[in-house]
Amino acid sequence: MRYLRLLFEFLRIGVMSELAYRANFFVQLFVSLLELGTALGGLTIVFAHTDTLGGWQPDEVLALVGIYFLVGGVIRLLIQPSMERLIESVREGTLDFTLTKPEDAQLLISIQRVEIWSLTDILLGFGVLAVALTRLGASVRAWQAAAFAVALLAGVVIVYSFWLILATLSFWFVRVENILVIFQSMYEAGRWPVSLYPAWLRFALTFLVPIAFATTVPAQALAGRLTWQLLLGAVALAIALLVVSRLFWRAGIQRYSGASA
Amino acid sequence: MKGLVDIYVQQFKTTLASQLQYRAALFIWLIGHILEPLVFLVVWSAVSRSNGGSVGGFSTGEFAAYFIVLMIVNHLTFTWIMFEYEYRVRQGTLSFALLLPIHPIHSDIADNVSYKLITVPAMLLVAALLGVAFHPTFRIVPWAVAAFIPALIMAFLVRFLVEWTLAQTAFWTTRVNAANQVYFVLALFLSGQIAPLSLLPAPIQVAAVILPFRWMIGFPVELLLGRLTPVQALTGLAAQAAWLAISLILLRIVWRAGVRVYSAVGA
Repeated sequence: MRYLRLLFEFLRIGVMSELAYRANFFVQLFVSLLELGTALGGLTIVFAHTDTLGGWQPDEVLALVGIYFLVGGVIRLLIQPSMERLIESVREGTLDFTLTKPEDAQLLISIQRVEIWSLTDILLGFGVLAVALTRLGASVRAWQAAAFAVALLAGVVIVYSFWLILATLSFWFVRVENILVIFQSMYEAGRWPVSLYPAWLRFALTFLVPIAFATTVPAQALAGRLTWQLLLGAVALAIALLVVSRLFWRAGIQRYSGASA
Repeated sequence: MKGLVDIYVQQFKTTLASQLQYRAALFIWLIGHILEPLVFLVVWSAVSRSNGGSVGGFSTGEFAAYFIVLMIVNHLTFTWIMFEYEYRVRQGTLSFALLLPIHPIHSDIADNVSYKLITVPAMLLVAALLGVAFHPTFRIVPWAVAAFIPALIMAFLVRFLVEWTLAQTAFWTTRVNAANQVYFVLALFLSGQIAPLSLLPAPIQVAAVILPFRWMIGFPVELLLGRLTPVQALTGLAAQAAWLAISLILLRIVWRAGVRVYSAVGA
């Protein structure tokens, strides 16, 4: 509960500092709409030539696009800015200030910077998802919606843990920004069902850079094509990665020397 | 002329040396260049397969050939100047370039070409691996392969000049990101990156003929794959020449006006 209050507090600070630059909201909204238009345009062109894409109906791929924006928005809102800040503060030695605070340091570094304008991506994602759901209509049952919620949560946890592990590498290797760029460019591939990709690429997108769990798996849940084994696997992976990233973070902190502070 | 050649040779040496310092960053850039065409290759292959092996005049193997060649052409012609210029203007580092007795575009061209020299072997290797994975079908038309070389050079020049001109927007606003985004979206649809242009709706195809994007990427790709008639090839080369002339004139006008409003903020 206290953690939620902390998160809310950081959000409030983010809102306050960004409200000074209100024009940025319109720029960001414009860019988000442009991206959404691109995604929808791509879908329109593809489905002008075919009825199904690797067994996926148009509305199911539309739901996938919604989830892609939603999760991408969460990454850009909280995960990416906070992790970039972490890497920066490890290099500059300013992590000291965080470590001396009474709250859990991992929590603090995970919510330390909020890019509130990325909320536009989250809202657009919800909008697209809502449209896709109404068009899929009655075919989504209650247990599918529940499975979707669980899969989406597991996907976000997996992405968060993955980013934390990458960012924690900065305790050993000072310049790791470039690794983050890899994730961002690979995330693009999550806009389409991973089942389309050849086996080697599907493997990479599932286990090397776990994008499949963030977008395709929740969409499969909505489409009612998710086996309970896969759902359990996603939840298990989420818990495992969360624990691993926690241990990794602890090990990283041990190495931190605050050299330049 | 001799002086210019010497300057280019010297510029190649310095940029090659400096870029080889940052090898990791160099190759991480490539991931995006490989992934995007790869994603569309996969998507269109799936479309083709669910339609009995061909869509809109492209078989599955021809889609593979199209996107593999597109990957190479896009990489060879791409520039990063639109990202970099805003920084130069905002930080005032452009001031140093202005002090030199030579137009700053020359060092940018040399920079770009030397980056390509380093990265092209890697891209060709990736293309070969994708060839093994996706079984592209190539139809070799000798005259078209020969015409591809000038078309590719013209495509590079047009794209470089257009993007260098657009990069000058940074003189007037510090918020160039949104403008860049518009350009990239237009390029995605109109240059043939998202799909071969013949698969797009008719109005978009008309726009693609008029605007420069197709001539920067799609046209050399279609030419190399032997999908154009000799008349279409000649028309395309003429369109490239026209855009080259237009972009040269625009560049001169915009550059002169831009330098005048430049105030070296932060320098």
